[in-house]
Amino acid sequence: MISQNAPAKPRAIEMPRASMRDYGWGFVLSVVMTAVPFWLVAERPLDAGATAALIMILAAAQVIVHMIFFLHMTPKAEGGWSLTSLIFTIIVIVIMLAGSLWVMHHLNSNMMPMPHGEAELL
Amino acid sequence: MTRPNLTSPTEAGHFYCLEERPHPEGHSTMLGFWMYLMSDCLIFAILFACYAVLGGNYAAGPAPRDLFDLDLIALNTAMLLLSSLTFGFALIAMQREALGTTLVWLGVTGLFGAAFLGIELYEFHHLVELGATPQRSAFLSAFFTLVGTHGIHVTFGLVWLATMMVQLRRHGLIAANRRRLMCLSMFWHFLDVIWIGVFTFVYLMGMLR
Repeated sequence: MISQNAPAKPRAIEMPRASMRDYGWGFVLSVVMTAVPFWLVAERPLDAGATAALIMILAAAQVIVHMIFFLHMTPKAEGGWSLTSLIFTIIVIVIMLAGSLWVMHHLNSNMMPMPHGEAELL
Repeated sequence: MTRPNLTSPTEAGHFYCLEERPHPEGHSTMLGFWMYLMSDCLIFAILFACYAVLGGNYAAGPAPRDLFDLDLIALNTAMLLLSSLTFGFALIAMQREALGTTLVWLGVTGLFGAAFLGIELYEFHHLVELGATPQRSAFLSAFFTLVGTHGIHVTFGLVWLATMMVQLRRHGLIAANRRRLMCLSMFWHFLDVIWIGVFTFVYLMGMLR
């Protein structure tokens, strides 16, 4: 029995375990999800819209692969706080990205067309 | 109806935790470092938003299609992905208490990272030679800021990696060094995650414009 006054033995800090299986899967999936978009853009088997949609989906999927296999993200990591802060960050990013694009697009399309030379007079 | 005790001032003392909970050294480092990475994520998100808004303003200058070489970017992406894998090998060696193997894999990771940085600097040099400097157009300003910030992160990652290798040589696989190595691995993998966004949105989408 450890007495109350004994110097506390430093408890092992919980650290995610890296395993060969995780890194192997993560690497193989990442290679596929990188090679396919590069091939799509270089060879252009699809039209621009479909290619753009596909490479964005593959990028999002690869981010998730990296989070799970390389960054060892699980819902239980750090008592759930890692995932909570990640979700919060994603929400902020989505609001900021979508908001910036939306506002700037409106600004661009609502600008009055100006003939050349007139801008200098303002 | 009686509501005893709740409003009584003498009860106030029971509402905070009297037990002292153990706080082992470094037990919250990983979470704290994760928070830092999330805030870094926001920096990159802002730079991505800038690029998304300004990426089409060429000011009658060169467009992505005139500048980017996909083969070079693919090579660069491969370097960073391989460095992520070899960092994983270093962590696995660390868990097996194999100091020598850990150092070797960290060294390999550093070489891949340096190769990535070298290729990126070569690309930047090539762009500047063509006259595609950050001053040329809003597109290029946004491009250099975003990709350059990522490059600076990789540079500091390499400095940290070299520091860790010295620390490991001196003190071995002590608890503090393991913690630091885990933080560095999160940083390194995080930079790879950001690079996914860079090669997709900047390079691949740029070629589609």
